[in-house]
Amino acid sequence: MLHYLNSKLPAPQPTRRTFLKLSAGAVGGLLIGTVVPHRSVAQSASMGDGIATPFVHITPDNRVVVISKHLDKGQGAATGLATLVAEELDAAVEQVEAEHAPSNPEVYANLLFGVQGTGGSTAMANSFDQYRQAGATARAMLVNAAAAEWGVPAGEISVANGVVSGGGNSASFGELAAKAAMQEPPAEVTLKSPDQWVYIGNHFPRVELAQKTRGSVGLFGMDAQPDNCLIAVTARSPRFGATLASMDAADALAIDGVEAVLQIPQGVAVLAANTWTAMQGREALALEWEDGSGETRGTDEILADFRALIDEPGLPSNPRGDAAAKLAEAAQVIEAEYVFPYLAHAPMEPLDMTVLYDGQSATFWGGSQIQTIDHGTAAGVLGLEFPQVAINTRWGGGSFGRRATPDAHLTAETAMIGKAWLDAGNAARPIKLVYAREDDIKGGYYRPMALHRVRAGLDADGNISGWEHRIVSQSIFTGTGFESFVVHNGVDHSTVEGIDDTTYAIPDLHVDVHHPQVGVPTLWWRSVGHTHTAYVMETMMDELAQAAGRDPVEFRLAYLGDDARLAGVLRLAAEKAGPTGPEGTHRGVAVHKSFNSYVAEVADVRIRDDGTLKVEKVTCGVDCGVPINPDNIVAQIEGGIGYGLSAVLREEITMTGGEVDQENYPDYEPLRITDMPEVEVHIVASTEAPTGIGEPGTPPIGPAVANAVFAATGQRLRDLPLTKHGLV
Amino acid sequence: MIEFTLNGKTQRVDVDPDMPLLWLLRDELKLTGTKFGCGVASCGACTVHIDGEATRSCQALVGDLDGAAVTTIEAIDSPAAQAIQAAWVELQVPQCGYCQSGQIMSASALLTETPRPTDDDIDAAMEGNLCRCATYARIRKAIHRAAEIMEA
Ligand code: FES
Ligand code: FES
Repeated sequence: MLHYLNSKLPAPQPTRRTFLKLSAGAVGGLLIGTVVPHRSVAQSASMGDGIATPFVHITPDNRVVVISKHLDKGQGAATGLATLVAEELDAAVEQVEAEHAPSNPEVYANLLFGVQGTGGSTAMANSFDQYRQAGATARAMLVNAAAAEWGVPAGEISVANGVVSGGGNSASFGELAAKAAMQEPPAEVTLKSPDQWVYIGNHFPRVELAQKTRGSVGLFGMDAQPDNCLIAVTARSPRFGATLASMDAADALAIDGVEAVLQIPQGVAVLAANTWTAMQGREALALEWEDGSGETRGTDEILADFRALIDEPGLPSNPRGDAAAKLAEAAQVIEAEYVFPYLAHAPMEPLDMTVLYDGQSATFWGGSQIQTIDHGTAAGVLGLEFPQVAINTRWGGGSFGRRATPDAHLTAETAMIGKAWLDAGNAARPIKLVYAREDDIKGGYYRPMALHRVRAGLDADGNISGWEHRIVSQSIFTGTGFESFVVHNGVDHSTVEGIDDTTYAIPDLHVDVHHPQVGVPTLWWRSVGHTHTAYVMETMMDELAQAAGRDPVEFRLAYLGDDARLAGVLRLAAEKAGPTGPEGTHRGVAVHKSFNSYVAEVADVRIRDDGTLKVEKVTCGVDCGVPINPDNIVAQIEGGIGYGLSAVLREEITMTGGEVDQENYPDYEPLRITDMPEVEVHIVASTEAPTGIGEPGTPPIGPAVANAVFAATGQRLRDLPLTKHGLV
Repeated sequence: MIEFTLNGKTQRVDVDPDMPLLWLLRDELKLTGTKFGCGVASCGACTVHIDGEATRSCQALVGDLDGAAVTTIEAIDSPAAQAIQAAWVELQVPQCGYCQSGQIMSASALLTETPRPTDDDIDAAMEGNLCRCATYARIRKAIHRAAEIMEA
């Protein structure tokens, strides 16, 4: 998603001057970094007099606490950052922990965004130097403290596995922490060369894993329970954009335990002592919504309106060559139309946000993914200055894009409830806004519906001769604060990514786009535009290979001469998958670059006797630059494949008369254990800069499966999900 | 007043008997290890053990609990549960972790019943537990690994 901002914003650079300004005793220890307000720099509980830099704390009780500026919602960002710090610090695995940074863009900005935020699979890419430097700096301070203590030259002191030694002495980090905190941090540090790495490229276990086998107590926003906390649930309009006409709250207020019913711009919030009572209160509301306001079309009508546009030329996007001329002279032309439905993210932890607002200041707890936007929005809604608001980021129970909202709608709604509660004359209390699963599934912010039409030609020799590609889909970025970075000449790049910038050597390629207005809120969904563009590109390439009578891998490779890394992962996956899959399976291949990473997937699919499919095995080739934590790369590819397969098999949001038809997991059913394939991941041992891994596993799985189904049945699957084709 | 055993201790509660156990645990007793995912018996995030059986706490009404023994993720310590937790760490199963309380409660109940489960046994016991991060391949491997740990 936000990778679109890459290299478009100047990265904030800490200067030597600001670096030194805080180099002594700012928070009972030492602070390395830029000048920041005291309260906005992370401080661990029971930190004591140890080293306290913005990115790592070392406590007298020998813990290394890495401060994660990125929201960890399962993708392993916190462990990735911990790996970088531990590497340069030579810390022991067991002493390393992680916690989330406070909201402070001056210190904790994503260096690729310029604001504090996580997304676009950028966590490692923007932090790779920053967190290694933080580790190396803290290490130097430990070494210098030991040198002073022992009277041994710093050059004769070594650090390994959490122990500092030299001149016959040795000490733990904890033993040296207080003295190290008094050391001047070095102006410059030398980072290890890759051959010196102990953790990077090997294995670093997830720092929070044991907690996550014991109930994750204290991690998630949903589990935040400040004393005296009320629960809020909101009744929202059944149609996007509709407004409240009338309300009768008498029955709700009569329920024992319902504390308040508050009208806010988003709807009507019911506050109660517990979630169950709040939900009952909501059901007891009698509400009428303004007829005719909001989106009133169903998805069938919206699709019909899209189809009416598909014959009209759209806004061109990076056209190359002369596709029309080449198509006119092609020996054969394949024309195909594809339909992709709206998709919900449906993270396992439904949305939630907790606020304590007292009229002067506000504190929030929740899985904030773009802290700076949430922070600024909260301040705006509550009429507070930025420093009067604190955001405590909690671990996220999944996101897949859903917690990164450019309109900060969840934080805004939470703030409005906090304000309405206070305005009604109540004493300040913490309030947790909880989405039920129905609120999540019906709540919009979907992957937009998309209609593609492709005309691709082959010449007499079976070479591609012209490619015309038209897409009708809502723009995700128009109207957001990111619009100017992503929307150019009216084209939202996230709609065409992976097509108009394909590295297949197709000299005559004409892509154009329509972005119709639809009153359904949309959002980036794990891998954004690649969710549909990769599907079309890779099933079309398969179709062309087949029409040309050529092997699908060899056909693709013939067009990848300019992209050695994409060709490399394709060869790797094909070779590792071997000549055939498990007995009785059929094979499909897809390869796609997204978020600067390269992934090829070979899917071996069985068609059962009843005509339904089972993906038995997926063999992957992955190139994401330096593989910082290979096991986490494997986990993210497994998860990315599961997430993508889930959508391809069964997921679809439809609407009737403007109202969403689905409401909960029974009718929006994600992948289950019985659907999960075996996944085998092969990682390229690259020395290139690290790139994204949270999303790139998702795009290739759909087309790989579709191509396998074609191999099995001769059927081309051009509208999703596969429930429409009797395959599920 | 309803009386039952919670994590080995007698628990008396005075709440609406129609309240699902999930919300009693989370909101009233502040035991947040048991998660809310769907509220309609479709995801398994809320799984607890009632008299040793894996049960969706979003469907178990407090009023039906008189005399029952309820165990939550915070207190499981059977050999099966310990083996499951160890295997979960060894194979690095959790991603976001939100579903994992429920996964572990279902898996430990399975292993207590069936110390050497087959893949079909695992499918049957775990099909009701959704994982949106799709950690399923590791869940399956970790259950087999836990069975080995228990045997050793
Ligand atoms: S919350 Fe009980 S099964 Fe989903
Ligand atoms: S680990 Fe995230 S839902 Fe299972």
